[in-house]
Amino acid sequence: MTDRALPLSSRWSERAVTAGLLWPSLAVITVFMVIPVAIMAVYSFLEPATYGGVVWKFSTAGYEQILFERDFLDDSLVFSADYLLILWRSVAQAAIATLLCLIISVPTAYYIATRSDRAKTIWIYLITIPYWVNLLIRTIALLFILRDDGPINDVLMAAGLVSAPLSLSYNSFAIGLGLVYSFLPFMVLPLYSAFERFDFKLLEAAYDLYASRRIAFFRIVLPVMRPGLVAGGLLVFIPAIGSFLAPDILGGGKTLMIGNLIGTQFQGARNWPFGAALSMILMTLTLIVLIWMARRAARTKFNG
Amino acid sequence: MRIMPSRRTFSTQAAYAPDGAARAGSVAGQVAAEVTDLAKTYGAGSAKAFEALRDINLTIRANEFFTLLGPSGCGKTTLLRILGGFEQLTEGSCKIFGQDVSRLPPEARPVNTVFQQYALFPHMTVRRNIAFGLEMLGRPKADVARTVDEMLDLVHMRDYADRKPDHLSGGQRQRVALARALAPRPKLLLLDEPLSALDLKLRQKMRLELKALQRETGITFVFVTHDQEEALAMSDRVAVLNKGRIQQVGTPEDIYEQPQSRFVADFIGESNLIEGRVTATDNSGAAVDLAGLGRVLLTCPEVLVVGQQVTLSVRPERVALSAEGGDGKLGPVTVFDRTYLGNAVEYHLRAAGDRALTVRAPRGGLRGLLDFTPGAEVYVTFEANAPKVLTA
Amino acid sequence: MSNARLKDLRAFTGFGSVAAGCVIFLYAPILFLTVYSFNDGRSVSQWSGASLRWYAKVLHNSDIQAAAVNSLIIATVAATVATVLALGAALAMTNNRFRGEEAAYATITLPLMVPEIVTAVASLVFFVSVGFSLGFTTILLAHIVFCIPFAYLPIRARLEGMDATLRSAAADLYASRRQAFTKITLPLLVPGLVSGWLLAFIISLDDFIISSMVAGPGSTTLPMHIYGMLRLGITPEVNAISSLMLIGSTLLVIVAGVLNRGGKTT
Repeated sequence: MTDRALPLSSRWSERAVTAGLLWPSLAVITVFMVIPVAIMAVYSFLEPATYGGVVWKFSTAGYEQILFERDFLDDSLVFSADYLLILWRSVAQAAIATLLCLIISVPTAYYIATRSDRAKTIWIYLITIPYWVNLLIRTIALLFILRDDGPINDVLMAAGLVSAPLSLSYNSFAIGLGLVYSFLPFMVLPLYSAFERFDFKLLEAAYDLYASRRIAFFRIVLPVMRPGLVAGGLLVFIPAIGSFLAPDILGGGKTLMIGNLIGTQFQGARNWPFGAALSMILMTLTLIVLIWMARRAARTKFNG
Repeated sequence: MRIMPSRRTFSTQAAYAPDGAARAGSVAGQVAAEVTDLAKTYGAGSAKAFEALRDINLTIRANEFFTLLGPSGCGKTTLLRILGGFEQLTEGSCKIFGQDVSRLPPEARPVNTVFQQYALFPHMTVRRNIAFGLEMLGRPKADVARTVDEMLDLVHMRDYADRKPDHLSGGQRQRVALARALAPRPKLLLLDEPLSALDLKLRQKMRLELKALQRETGITFVFVTHDQEEALAMSDRVAVLNKGRIQQVGTPEDIYEQPQSRFVADFIGESNLIEGRVTATDNSGAAVDLAGLGRVLLTCPEVLVVGQQVTLSVRPERVALSAEGGDGKLGPVTVFDRTYLGNAVEYHLRAAGDRALTVRAPRGGLRGLLDFTPGAEVYVTFEANAPKVLTA
Repeated sequence: MSNARLKDLRAFTGFGSVAAGCVIFLYAPILFLTVYSFNDGRSVSQWSGASLRWYAKVLHNSDIQAAAVNSLIIATVAATVATVLALGAALAMTNNRFRGEEAAYATITLPLMVPEIVTAVASLVFFVSVGFSLGFTTILLAHIVFCIPFAYLPIRARLEGMDATLRSAAADLYASRRQAFTKITLPLLVPGLVSGWLLAFIISLDDFIISSMVAGPGSTTLPMHIYGMLRLGITPEVNAISSLMLIGSTLLVIVAGVLNRGGKTT
């Protein structure tokens, strides 16, 4: 089909047109995205200058700093878990948020996929709108209702369930909830499109063969949905692990995640190589997960 | 930029004339398209090279309704796309009214196409769709408007002129696609399975309309289909293709009555293919022994020699059944199934050596036929000239 | 809701409630925030009558006005440039096989893959390293980059959904390649272009992290200004300006969605 009935000379001009259409966007992204990331990779192996910037001298200190602290007195390296803890917290928070999103999204997406076409459209709109609405504002909105004197505590106190306001904000709980709140649509939408393609005749066949509803769901529906579950899981996990706003606003700046730690290295603390090293680690983590997902997708496509 | 010398030469022809008086330069008897030693290979040179067409030689006459018939994947659509300029041939040449078009892009060929799914421009009204080709040819506005009106009348779509394709039925879209392709008055109209998207009733109706349209306009139609009934009903001549090669070219009668190969006999209609051995010959025919059935005498143009293995093709409706044997009758054979078809009854017979035969007898006893039930022993007679000897 | 149709073999008990809960969870905070933005009192917790006074105050604040103008200019320019670049890329990459196609696709979608915070600091480091002074231009450049994939995806989807035989039909009817593009491809592409532009526009308005990293003095965007206001905690002004942004982006999303759906049916 791609064979065009064109003389050879115009095949050449066609190639030139393709290149002319393509290169401006590629050039823009290469200059302002690929090169900056490459610079970061180089900077992660340099020494920090005092007020930001780098000294052009090879050093692995940026990476070492994640595990060790330089002792003030004798300059020796002492193991320190502080940064490791932040890394661990990022992974854990993102994993918990992903799991929660999954638990909420599976029934939600399934329910939407089994509605009538009209109802489906409305439900999908309802899920999609928050996906596009300003994340900063949504995070502020969540903080607004979680505050000590916010609506949730008001209701709880008025109902006499608690005597003093529960501290729902400025802690790990708030950050976790914030991550779920931020990225929930990322999970519902791919699951929905997977459920939509689900052949519901399989379910009828399962019932016909004496399966209970529970067994039918866990043994037939979920296994068939696995690629969708994996895709949705990664769409939540990847942005969650590098999240900046949720920990910054809902954690009150106390409970850091890796995103905030990176930000600080370029604003307050000003240790560029350390920040660059952290960025490389975050990017590597993300990349590993993405490649793993791409391979899985390729494999399921191949088998299916 | 490309030089397209032919692009506007053919567009200066007389405007469309529905009475067929001004049959734009295509006089009957002239050659409309000539395909010589054409071959098409996809991915030539690579390990996955696929030969879609090979040794294609065809002459399509002016004013002819010519059909390319074959099963899916036989190369018929590829051949049509090569004529239209959407694919480039690998070998050979392709001439349209004497002009070699092998290297011309679609927009430089005096050919228009009715696409399988019609490919109507969804953002344009019926009128603008039909006008598109004429506008691209740079015809004066008044001419365009007049031709479009004529076309709308020709396909009975005047009332729908301002609708968009989305608001038309399948049959209406089909008519618009035809009108759009006919409007520039092409020398050759290519039709790529244009009826396949329609339901049965409409398909039968459109067959008649298409044929009438071809006669009325005098334009050469090249029609692609996998539906043999369609091909037989509409065409002046048919080319049967299989596996990228032409099997047989001829009128519908030729193709049906005189199949030259097992493939054609089997693909066009139904055939009993019976193996046999020549036992005697004379200058007008031969005697063939059909093991388990008996001996049959036939007149045939082919030169046969004694001892030769041949295949006979016999249409089910050209076989008669009788309860008693006699001179020239074959059998006995056993009826093992009887299928009622409404206008006919089909008998499935089994002879010695697991030979199977199908016989279709018309209902109503026109020939005083008896009805048989499964298990009955019957005798078989071939109508005169019914068996055809297949050597390929 | 879910139990209403007992005959539906596909239904599972409780799934409807979870779905309803999911939507409530997504909307409750936004709705509370919006409702309280009409609160007359200075306190954000005690309801003391409806009023538009905080909106009036926000709208008359010249800093907010300046930030809003900045945001709108950046979003408009970034979305437009990104859409033009993305259109070229989509045209080059749809129905067209060439060497390095996968690498080109990976490059176009790279801004979606790199974590936002990394993009932010990498852009900062890049601009500082090449001696670009931080400000309006640096924000604009960074926005164009991350807007490209958002504009690209709907345009590409629309192009892929387009019946390729339409272009064959145009060529068959004597249209040159240029004519086939301007008369057939481009008009059919309009819904994709508009929704791509709108998505890029929304994403640009939405951005906080990248803008705040590469911003210089005097180039504050609206999200940056709101973030700054948060240092005093959640005030009625924050409520009001947040509600305005919510309403604005919701409207844009609905417009983009309607255009996209309208496009799909043809």
